[in-house]
Amino acid sequence: MSQRQITFEILRYDPETETEPRFQAYCVPCEEEWVVLDALNYIKDTLDGTLNYRWSCHMAVCGSCGMMINGEPMLSCKAFIRDLPAGTIKVEPLYHFPIERDLVVVLDDFMDKLESVKPYVIPKKQRPIEDGPYKQTPKQLHQYQQYSMCINCLLCYAACPQYGLTPEFIGPAALALTHRYNLDSRDKGRRQRQEVVATHEGVWECSFVGACSEVCPKDVDPAGAIQQMKIASTADWYLEHLMPWRRS
Amino acid sequence: METIESDVVIVGAGGAGLRAAIALAEADPGLRISLLSKVYPMRSHTCAAEGGAAGVARSDDSMDLHFGDTVGGGDWLCDQDAVEFFINEAPKELTRLEHWGCPWSRETDGSVGVRPFGGMKIKRTWFAADKTGFHLLHTLFQTSLKFESIRRFDEVFTTDLLVSDGRIQGCCAVEMRTGEMKQFLAPAVILCTGGAGRIFPFTTNGAIKTGDGMALAYRAGVPLKDMEFVQYHPTGLPATGILLTEGCRGEGGVLRNKDGYRYLQDYGMGPETPLGEPVLKTMELGPRDRLSQAFWQEQKKGNTVPTKWGDCVLLDMTHLGEARILERLPFVHELAHAYAGVDIVKEAVPIRPVVHYMMGGIHTDINAATPLPGLFAAGECACVSINGANRLGSNSLTELLVFGKRAAESAVKYVRSGTTKVDRAAADQQANAAEARVQALFDRPESTETMTAVRNEMTHAMETGAGIYREEAMLKDTADALAKLRQRQTSIALRDKSKVFNTEFTQLVELGCMLDVAQAVAVSALARKESRGSHQRLDHVERDDETFLKHSMAHYQGEDAPRMDYLDVVITKSRPGVRDYSGAKS
Repeated sequence: MSQRQITFEILRYDPETETEPRFQAYCVPCEEEWVVLDALNYIKDTLDGTLNYRWSCHMAVCGSCGMMINGEPMLSCKAFIRDLPAGTIKVEPLYHFPIERDLVVVLDDFMDKLESVKPYVIPKKQRPIEDGPYKQTPKQLHQYQQYSMCINCLLCYAACPQYGLTPEFIGPAALALTHRYNLDSRDKGRRQRQEVVATHEGVWECSFVGACSEVCPKDVDPAGAIQQMKIASTADWYLEHLMPWRRS
Repeated sequence: METIESDVVIVGAGGAGLRAAIALAEADPGLRISLLSKVYPMRSHTCAAEGGAAGVARSDDSMDLHFGDTVGGGDWLCDQDAVEFFINEAPKELTRLEHWGCPWSRETDGSVGVRPFGGMKIKRTWFAADKTGFHLLHTLFQTSLKFESIRRFDEVFTTDLLVSDGRIQGCCAVEMRTGEMKQFLAPAVILCTGGAGRIFPFTTNGAIKTGDGMALAYRAGVPLKDMEFVQYHPTGLPATGILLTEGCRGEGGVLRNKDGYRYLQDYGMGPETPLGEPVLKTMELGPRDRLSQAFWQEQKKGNTVPTKWGDCVLLDMTHLGEARILERLPFVHELAHAYAGVDIVKEAVPIRPVVHYMMGGIHTDINAATPLPGLFAAGECACVSINGANRLGSNSLTELLVFGKRAAESAVKYVRSGTTKVDRAAADQQANAAEARVQALFDRPESTETMTAVRNEMTHAMETGAGIYREEAMLKDTADALAKLRQRQTSIALRDKSKVFNTEFTQLVELGCMLDVAQAVAVSALARKESRGSHQRLDHVERDDETFLKHSMAHYQGEDAPRMDYLDVVITKSRPGVRDYSGAKS
């Protein structure tokens, strides 16, 4: 077994007893195949039970364990230690969110924004169960499938400079999910969602840095979704102002 | 202490809890619904299910065939009235999910596709690539956001049920952000807390699967049913225990031993089927219990492949071709590459059986009701039982939909029956006692006992004595070890005294739940002196319908081991027969 002693500098913060965050160092004997989460679990189980972080599935699908690793937003269960540069590994909570405790951030803002974009099928009229499933061809599925892969890990919010500057910005994941439903052949709710997303805090806040798509662990490409929505919103504007008869 | 009054409280916001919440909101917009979870809903372990959800979809399939596969797969320990209800509801629920936006994989004509799964005579597994649980969970969660009457309490950790006058009155839960205890008063509570795979060392289950709801019900006097039946999934990645879906075999993947030999043909599942032409209910499409048991036998014969993380066999999908793998099994491709360093397009991946699912759970009837008035349960934490002694792959996702909805309907009926007034004084008294118990955990004197030691010894005892094969002496050792560990955990002191997001505290409560559940598993296994489905006794190798065509019921006895008694299985139309997975038959 090839073990390596690695020092982890981990942000610690307990609002009950501390006025500001600090860093604490832990030396961990890491196995070759470990991810950062394995090291955190080693610390929690054997060195310091007071360290707090979220995790569950350890297979990059529950989205709980997003954190900053050497300044990059990553899922700690998919951040292989062997892939990180040699030396100390710095672990911090996701940027741009208030810290609740240690590596745990407050998610209220995202949860509110997700709800605001109506991320569910809004059909023209309710389809009875007896009518069976809608037909949806593989091509129609492919239209939105990529945007349905979002695990809400929020790495994209931590990477987005615009969200850091303008917290009102609805942000990458929620906008990608908006786009996901807009593109679904079963959905007729785009106009309802436009009221929220075709605003200054919506798609137009995005300055197309593209950092969100780079850090996405599921290749959702929120930046692409937002650009497509900008184009669609622009088309809406022209239709409304230049060809008002086209709008029913 | 803050008190929140509702008509129905749901504990757990995974697939079953969300389905129940939506059903309640649809039944009556005026109902006050509180949906509690110790995590955010989308973190629930439903998200890790990969392969699919079973429901009759094709014209060559029938309710009778799904019934037969399920009951035979469960080695006749299923309640057949419940199975019949379940399979009849299954296609409706999967269609409903489709209407709500679930991205089911499709045939070229736009109809929903189905894939073969183990133990099934006809293809009937609806799937969304190999991320079915993830899509099902997110579809339900996002759909639930439509309903204003669903009041969510995320990261709220339920510690106690409130029971007085022989009825449920609500529950108590600690808000993790503040450490404050909250009292949730309601005449009806639905437990949807999932499984308890974490009582074993090597499991596909996420960190949160600690049997909390099972322990809550058990301590409140509701028996845990059929707890000895623990499903090992035959294809987990070594080291991490990450699941590679049964869909791998459904799509045509095969299992080989160290010599490249497809060993399943030696265990009553042959003859060997041609590569790339999987035959239903044969070889790799046998049921999970048989496949995991065959691994154990091969290991005994020295036919497994030694790896750093223990003995493995090989799952070979190389003949499927890259295009099919990327279309049907993209997540498996990603997981094997990331966590095992194997490109499944080019080489076979080492795998071994891994603890996956609890067939047993909180005793419920066909209405998802427990014997405690007002308390309902659905999903993996419950045992109806439709899964019997061995669950068929892809029945569990459907189960949480069907019985999540059923629990909601039963709860509404119960609440409307008018006999359900909450006894405020008794509830207050119990809530205060619960709060004092939590405080007592923080006030324990320092000790040398550690949570890690107790947890590791528990999982080791379970693996050693209550694994794929069991026998009297080792089960006794396991049961004894668990009794001692239950004692020892009462002296574990918390080093973290903060009230804010204190996971040392929640882990300690979870450990207590796991120990209670683990003891119920071991004692139930010890008492069942026969082999059936996933419960295989080396000292009682035959199925014994005369004595044990019965559900085991473990009753909580405080510090002592549980008391066991038995309940008849409901047989309506299928008498116990032989489970035949040889390709010899039709």
